[in-house]
Amino acid sequence: MEQLLNDYTLRTVTLGTAILGAVSGALGTFAVLRRQSLLGDAVSHAALPGIGLAFILTGSKASLVLMVGAGLAGWFATAIVLLITAGTRVKYDSALGLVLSVFFGAGLVVLTYIQRYPNANQAGLDSFLFGQAASLIVADVITMTILGGVALAALLLFWKEFKVLAFDPEFAHSLVLPVRWLDIGLTTLLVVAIVIGLQTVGVVLMSAMIIAPATAARQWTDHLGVMTLVSMVTGALCGVGGALLSTSISNLPTGPTIVVCATGFVVISMLFAPLRGIIWQRIRRTVQNRELRSESVLLDLFELARTHDDLTYPHMEPALRVIHPQRGTLYRQLRRLQGKGLVQMHQNGAWALTPDGVRVCDQLRKDRIG
Amino acid sequence: MNAVEVRDLTVAYRESPVLWDIDLDVAPGVLMAIVGPNGAGKTTLIKAILGLLKPAAGQIRILGKPYRRVASLMGYVPQRGTVDWDFPTSVLDVVLMGLYGRIGWVRRPGRSERREAMEALEKVEMTGLAHRQIRQLSGGQQQRVFLARALVQDARVYLMDEPLQGVDATTERAIIDILHSLRSSGKTVLAVHHDLQTVSSYFDEVLLLNVRRIASGPVSKVFTDTNLRLTYGGRIAIIKGAP
Repeated sequence: MEQLLNDYTLRTVTLGTAILGAVSGALGTFAVLRRQSLLGDAVSHAALPGIGLAFILTGSKASLVLMVGAGLAGWFATAIVLLITAGTRVKYDSALGLVLSVFFGAGLVVLTYIQRYPNANQAGLDSFLFGQAASLIVADVITMTILGGVALAALLLFWKEFKVLAFDPEFAHSLVLPVRWLDIGLTTLLVVAIVIGLQTVGVVLMSAMIIAPATAARQWTDHLGVMTLVSMVTGALCGVGGALLSTSISNLPTGPTIVVCATGFVVISMLFAPLRGIIWQRIRRTVQNRELRSESVLLDLFELARTHDDLTYPHMEPALRVIHPQRGTLYRQLRRLQGKGLVQMHQNGAWALTPDGVRVCDQLRKDRIG
Repeated sequence: MNAVEVRDLTVAYRESPVLWDIDLDVAPGVLMAIVGPNGAGKTTLIKAILGLLKPAAGQIRILGKPYRRVASLMGYVPQRGTVDWDFPTSVLDVVLMGLYGRIGWVRRPGRSERREAMEALEKVEMTGLAHRQIRQLSGGQQQRVFLARALVQDARVYLMDEPLQGVDATTERAIIDILHSLRSSGKTVLAVHHDLQTVSSYFDEVLLLNVRRIASGPVSKVFTDTNLRLTYGGRIAIIKGAP
């Protein structure tokens, strides 16, 4: 195996997977924002019979031929989903599930049929199930580059139209944009993004390449352009990582390896991203809670002092503990407030507001009432 | 020539009519409230006028022409809840979207478009929040952003779906001032409105709607107890009243 993997193969594989990752990352951004990630899953599963039929009809395994077959089948599936939702009371998700499983089943039947085909050329089509990066040749990568390049160029060209389509399609209509055609166009680009990844990632898990990089990217930014770029880079890294791992370990299918890689990115982003990450939000909540607790101690001191005509009148800790029974917490809050110069401890151990503390209390009371 | 002219408009979802045989004339420069109970078809009427849904029957003419020829002369303020406010974009970006139709294909918004968007944000007193992520806005601020986006459309007829929904008193005042200044520059505004108390002080004309047109015209003439009872009294009342 090691000898098989000379640099040339590696370079081809790396380039191919980087391209597929970048393209699916870019189009995935829009699919995720338009809540169409499941459509990607349906399209990729539906591509399987298209691949089989394209092979039966042409006898060729050239990637362009198979991609066209896959693309047409994926497109056909999308159209059927739309017809079902428009013409019946079946809901969108049920229609997707239905089309996905029916097409996938048909695809498996076609593949089984091909395996009995009296033609030595048939071997390898089943690698489309879970993907096989090692099977990429230069011609495949060239096809992927051209198709992916066209898809990215179209995305860039119609960027603002696609953006308003994704955010507010009805408003896009009021701008006299051809919303239906834009929708068809963007969906077609999604189909292209899926199709160029099928040989490497496989039909079963290709949707992960649409969903995962975009989901990870959303965590890091609030800007659509930046999100698309981050998603492209993430997709490319996932693709390359998964493909290299699967080519260096024999019999490891590429699709699952890439998905494991992508899952890593998503988990890290969910946890550690600033602002949206779970850990960041946890920290912020803790800080807020602490802030709120010490504010309430401060205000209670204020309330107690108010009954004495002197807002800096000192009180012993037990008087405050009536309101704040937890001994440790109260003491910590008082120390924190002392550190900020808002309260001071008198010699007898009584606590009082400082003039600064009184000012802060006045402000807080105004904010809370107003 | 009327700004909006609706004849015999019927819209149906799966056989049951949502709007039934509506006639409506709105003169240019009029501020009209569309009033009626939930499910009366107010949003549907706005969407039909905008060409967002296909009527089962009837004609709609805007400034004397069929919709397709004058679509660019209409501005739209949708209900706040119709979009995902977690979408990765900024306030200024959303307002710029109002110019996307005019900018033309392929081109990107440039400095002059940005200036125009900022001016619209100034009118709704939101310049300070131009670069905010839209998730961080309050309900009233979201409403103002949508209004600013419609202002840059520079339309002749504005259709607004509950522009005052869930806004505080200050924002309500600000939005009404903007509507009045639109009127004084000759624009026509149709707005879905819920607060019956303020109809007569805010609007010139009113359309009372409950699937059928109950009444329409100047507020002083049309906005009567009898008509309101007909509008809100449920469909039974309407059937009784029908010949």
